[in-house]
Amino acid sequence: MEPAARLDHNHELTLKDFPYIVRWRDDRCNRCGRCTAVCPMFSIEPSVVVQRIVQSDGATPEPKAVRRVVTVVKQSTDIDRSCIGCATCTLVCPNEAIEPEYNPQHKFYFHKNKGGHPYRRGGRRNNPLPSTLDRLRFTRISMLTDPALDAGRHEFRIRTYLGRILPAEELPMKMINGKLEVDKTSGLFIPPVREIYPVMIGSMSIGALSPTMWEGLAMGITYLNEVDGMPVVMCSGEGGMPQRLLKSRFIKYFIPQIASGYFGWDEIVRAIPHMIEDPCAIEIKYGQGAKPGDGGLLMAHKVLKLISEIRGVPMGVDLPSPPTHQTKYSIEESVAKMIQSMSMAWGFRVPVYPKISGTRTAKAVLNNLVRNPYAAGLSIDGEDGGTGAAYNVSMDTMGHPIASNIRECYLDLVKQGKQNELPLIAAGGIGKKGHLAANTAALIMLGASAVSIGKYIMQAAADCNGDELNRCNVCNIGKCPRGITTQDPKLYRRLDPDKVAERVVEVFKSLDVELKKIFAPMGRSTELPIGMSDGISSDDPAIAERLQISYVC
Amino acid sequence: MCRLVAITSNEYFSPMENVAALETMKEGHDGSGMGLVLKNLGGEFGELKNYPILSGICSEEGIHTLDDYLNKCGFKLKYTWTPKIKPVKCVTRRDYYFARVYDYPDNYKEKPFEEKEGLLLKTRIALRKMGEQDESIIVFAFYPDILALKEVGDPLQLAEFFSLAKSSLKAKIIFAQGRQNTNYVINLYACHPFFIQGYGSMTNGENTAFVPIREFLMSRGFPGYIGYNSDSEVFTHILHYACKRLGYPLTYYKDIITPLKTSEIETRSDSEVAKLLKISLRPLCIDGPNCVIGFTPDGTCFMVQDAKKLRPGVVGGVKGKYGLTSEECGLDSIISKRDKSQDIFPMKYDMVIITPDAQEVKIWNQLRGWTITTS
Repeated sequence: MEPAARLDHNHELTLKDFPYIVRWRDDRCNRCGRCTAVCPMFSIEPSVVVQRIVQSDGATPEPKAVRRVVTVVKQSTDIDRSCIGCATCTLVCPNEAIEPEYNPQHKFYFHKNKGGHPYRRGGRRNNPLPSTLDRLRFTRISMLTDPALDAGRHEFRIRTYLGRILPAEELPMKMINGKLEVDKTSGLFIPPVREIYPVMIGSMSIGALSPTMWEGLAMGITYLNEVDGMPVVMCSGEGGMPQRLLKSRFIKYFIPQIASGYFGWDEIVRAIPHMIEDPCAIEIKYGQGAKPGDGGLLMAHKVLKLISEIRGVPMGVDLPSPPTHQTKYSIEESVAKMIQSMSMAWGFRVPVYPKISGTRTAKAVLNNLVRNPYAAGLSIDGEDGGTGAAYNVSMDTMGHPIASNIRECYLDLVKQGKQNELPLIAAGGIGKKGHLAANTAALIMLGASAVSIGKYIMQAAADCNGDELNRCNVCNIGKCPRGITTQDPKLYRRLDPDKVAERVVEVFKSLDVELKKIFAPMGRSTELPIGMSDGISSDDPAIAERLQISYVC
Repeated sequence: MCRLVAITSNEYFSPMENVAALETMKEGHDGSGMGLVLKNLGGEFGELKNYPILSGICSEEGIHTLDDYLNKCGFKLKYTWTPKIKPVKCVTRRDYYFARVYDYPDNYKEKPFEEKEGLLLKTRIALRKMGEQDESIIVFAFYPDILALKEVGDPLQLAEFFSLAKSSLKAKIIFAQGRQNTNYVINLYACHPFFIQGYGSMTNGENTAFVPIREFLMSRGFPGYIGYNSDSEVFTHILHYACKRLGYPLTYYKDIITPLKTSEIETRSDSEVAKLLKISLRPLCIDGPNCVIGFTPDGTCFMVQDAKKLRPGVVGGVKGKYGLTSEECGLDSIISKRDKSQDIFPMKYDMVIITPDAQEVKIWNQLRGWTITTS
């Protein structure tokens, strides 16, 4: 017998199954078509329906039914065209006639695996709850026992160090006429150390980011360094950097990253003899907090001319970065070699540090690096970070929160007396709820020497639509409606790099003021309060116990 | 805020001078305690300069435990000084206050002083641990030519309690602190001045960077870096760490606790060294607001301020006798006949150093080096 499915649409999904339902108001819509034209997912389309309307035209009520053919904006029930809630339609609508609405009862994950392909997306972990960092408060306020500092009047030095720091006992010093001098004859290696601003822009590649976005970030940090005297640095992400930048004096504000695909490194290595300045540092990516254990993929349609030149690959091919470095055999051997090779490439003048995803095994990595005199730090990327593209399962369920990971690593260093020797960089979910300065200060007081931000700057500097309710999150498919993560000129031309740069500067300058507002009443102004755990408390006893800080209620 | 009085002289004087100076600054301390540390002792101790003095307080049982332990270690009691206690209202009397001079165990007599110092420190820590729980033994110092006396109460009342005015106790360097308790629970181990292996210091103000500094010191692997009932004890230990453990000249103490900005360091002739120290000893930056007054084993005394100069502090006097006090009225009480125009109020970059026997006053400026010498 023929199934009735075809007749009653039984195998079609209903709008209630979708995470976002487009609320369209017939009475306000003037049918301009901008919303349907701009929708990156083709979730809405102009459609024609027959409407039965009861109306009365005369002086006395004489209702009559009229059937009219009208144009409407219709939401698709095709799972591959589901509304992502980006609200670009709302942005372009001249009449406030349309907006997507989040549907908490959606059953999207039950269906988003057509063709046996698991759901892949860009964006960030879909967990809208506040992170541990947002449960921390600064509770040590000096008032009467101490003259409190004034954030507006006193001088503050909000700086940190990136690089391996020798303990004082190992510094090659000699005393001459009651004065200390560096003993140049000792032959001891003094590792390079950079003084930087403690908030870095984390690794986001040219390729993952659009040319306008990356240029905007790069201009922003250059302005901060050159004009405002704030040594903010930025990591390139995997995939190289433009030759013009590599050979410029501005390269000192950048941290080129080498990752498992080694993309762009042929071009970087060729540029070394022509570089007039050393880069700030080199980051070796072994893992990413947002998708631990998963590799990266720059899809073929993003690999256009500029990208292929920078990465040294043909145009229009998929560029997969494997989950692990294929040459890696063990941390003792290959990682040490890689750190040494990268150090050697710049004559041991550039700090080289690895980045790993937050993990319960972070301490094992840390302890190995502690014994490696060339390791310049350890960047730990927690689970709440953003990513360009990954499997949903990796993003939502894999990973380790940054707070306890950084704390236990720091306390482990304290136990060994090496808390000032190997800087810890914390990342992953900083500023998740918009509290960038508070989250930064909390991580520093837990033991981080610096923090790294990614998705916060995308949201703050370029109005990224994404959120933790899976809004937008299509960074992976090159259709970013804001023009942040796309290589499509039609889309990235929407983004003005000057505006991005301006926002980057505004973000860092306001961050600086907020950090002072936190540090001032705590009486800290000369050095960063790394590990000042008596300054923070949690309103959750379990968090307090785990982080070895006080509990307040 | 605690009140501080340090006097350095080329002649012996009584601790009553310090107490009198503290009295003039009375509104600044709340009677939560007074600490006295005497160095370069005179009187009966003058003959015993090479023998370690154990300063402390014991209960009836505690003194037996202490005797047993020191006998077992081989220390031989040579001389005992105890203050004549005069009951005073508001001061709770403990059983036994003492400063006892010992001779080293036989197997240590010929050993170098470094090893003797190690033994003294080890013994002091062991005694402290023995009596910590029930406060049956409290030891402040165990070192040659150093005597420490501490108790809870108002300085003047304590002087009366210990009969200091009638005592023969005198020294060439005496540090005294009248406490304003900011450590919540009054604990004698939180009472300044602190002392370790020849280095002593006292401070006023709150140490906001206490926890990272404590963690750094405690992880240096040196047994003496313990205690920290007061957040100011770390200042003494940083001094010891910088000068004794690392062997740096005293002026670098200032660079360690209040490092210069990187741009300022560039102007120094030893910029390379200053930059390396700033980075390597980053956790020891004190971050103020503090005035630190200290002494080193050779009898040099100094005063430094935090990087923002948030605390008062003045140095003044005449050749042969100088006072380092937290308030000028304290200095007036010690040496009223001095040229006040020569008083030094150290600013944020300065370290005022008085050479042994109060012969010279020098100012070390972090940016400009030695600036003023008065002798």
